[in-house]
Amino acid sequence: TVPTTIKPADPKLDPTTPMKSATTYNNFYEFGTGKGDPADSAGMLRTRPWEIAIGGEVAKPMTIGIEDLLKFPMEERIYRLRCVEGWSMVIPWVGFPLAELLKRVEPTGNARYVAFQTLNDPKQMPGLRSWVLDWPYTEGLRLDEAMHPLALLAVGMYGEVLPNQNGAPIRLVVPWKYGFKSIKSIVSISLVKDQPPTAWNKSQPREYGFYSNVNPEVDHPRWSQATERRVGDFSRRKTLPFNGYGEEVASLYAGMDLRKNY
Amino acid sequence: MAAAIHIPDLRAAANAALTSRWAKPAVFMFALIPLIWTVWLAYTGELGAEPVLESVKASGLWALRFLLIALALTPLRMLTGVAGLARFRRMLGLFAFFYAVVHLSTYIGLDQFFDWTAIWQDIVKRPYITVGMGAFMILTTLAATSTGGMVKRLGGKRWRLLHKGVFVAGLAACLHFIMLVKGWQTAPLVYALICIGLLAFRRWPIRLARRKEPAVRTRPAAAPRSAEAPEPRFPDGSSPARRS
Repeated sequence: TVPTTIKPADPKLDPTTPMKSATTYNNFYEFGTGKGDPADSAGMLRTRPWEIAIGGEVAKPMTIGIEDLLKFPMEERIYRLRCVEGWSMVIPWVGFPLAELLKRVEPTGNARYVAFQTLNDPKQMPGLRSWVLDWPYTEGLRLDEAMHPLALLAVGMYGEVLPNQNGAPIRLVVPWKYGFKSIKSIVSISLVKDQPPTAWNKSQPREYGFYSNVNPEVDHPRWSQATERRVGDFSRRKTLPFNGYGEEVASLYAGMDLRKNY
Repeated sequence: MAAAIHIPDLRAAANAALTSRWAKPAVFMFALIPLIWTVWLAYTGELGAEPVLESVKASGLWALRFLLIALALTPLRMLTGVAGLARFRRMLGLFAFFYAVVHLSTYIGLDQFFDWTAIWQDIVKRPYITVGMGAFMILTTLAATSTGGMVKRLGGKRWRLLHKGVFVAGLAACLHFIMLVKGWQTAPLVYALICIGLLAFRRWPIRLARRKEPAVRTRPAAAPRSAEAPEPRFPDGSSPARRS
């Protein structure tokens, strides 16, 4: 069994979201823009064989198969997930720190950012046929964010193998950022010198910044980010800076204007 | 082999059905189905993980659908020559308003839980909500002036001009939908295209059916106007159903 290493300080305030909600209410536009589309059509995704190509500014580029990724020491972490749309969940992920994988490829001194890419196969992902975003889905982190112990690569949730609609077989979970930063079904990781382009930022740069840290003070241009509705709750609750992980991550952004770097 | 289908017979049958005394109650009941269905799903917990947001979305979508259906009746009547379709314009337009009321109330009462400060900030700060509220104000005005008495009071010309506002409301509703989704999604654009198409039809009408109107009257010409009558006559003798 997998040890639980991180959980909400107050489980009464942050009860775990029912698995059914977390597996039927998803944003995974590769399978359609409806919240139920991923659960309906992600069955088409083949998660074996699966490889992640890791390269760029690294001493030891490699292609690593899912079998080897599953050999990392696993832990369970119960994180809050805050979607940029104003809803949130509490999900028990199973995975290992992204830093552990990055250490293996030995980033060089030139590496300052990490770029991620989702699978881009219209045969398995019907949503890729519509031009909602500039496919493939890409995301990025600054290297120090990526090396932060809270940044997780998840291969499971609720003690089970990650369901396809939640980003199988392996996805990123960055709990202090809006959910879209937590890229799903990763096929490529690249360490780079310059800030990499990211899918939502390319589509609407004013609305989705590169950092996209959860911040109740900085509204999305089209809606307020001050409150959120926890899925299953009736009324809204206040959104916390860095989604409540400020103590752990705020120092990463010391001296930065977070209104500018939204 | 197949029996020949006579278009005029079909048209007459459609007209007979649409002008029967059961047609309006039937359409009325059908128009309530989305509401009953959504309430039922919410009650049984089948509305998904975010029932509040789902009910806001569903009611908004049905408001837009009924608005477009109401706007499609005149083109449909002109295309098919089925005059009876015109009887339902006001009722379906009012259903669009009804679902817009449900949409706004669920947003205010369920989504924001009467947080008036947040709501006011939404209206002034967020263009898609400003646009949506604009559409709602127009629909409210049109609903308030939808009675035969109001046609008389305003005078036909002014009433017709005012009710052209329905297209502004339709376009605003489509814009509201396009603006609120993330990215360029297909569904809102399709609704907008339909709305623009229906507007363009008024400018460049196409007539497939040979003009036989008024081959079938929607009711005897001499019948006095009852409270239920859908087509109040303008002072110039025309009917709002035949215009706009």
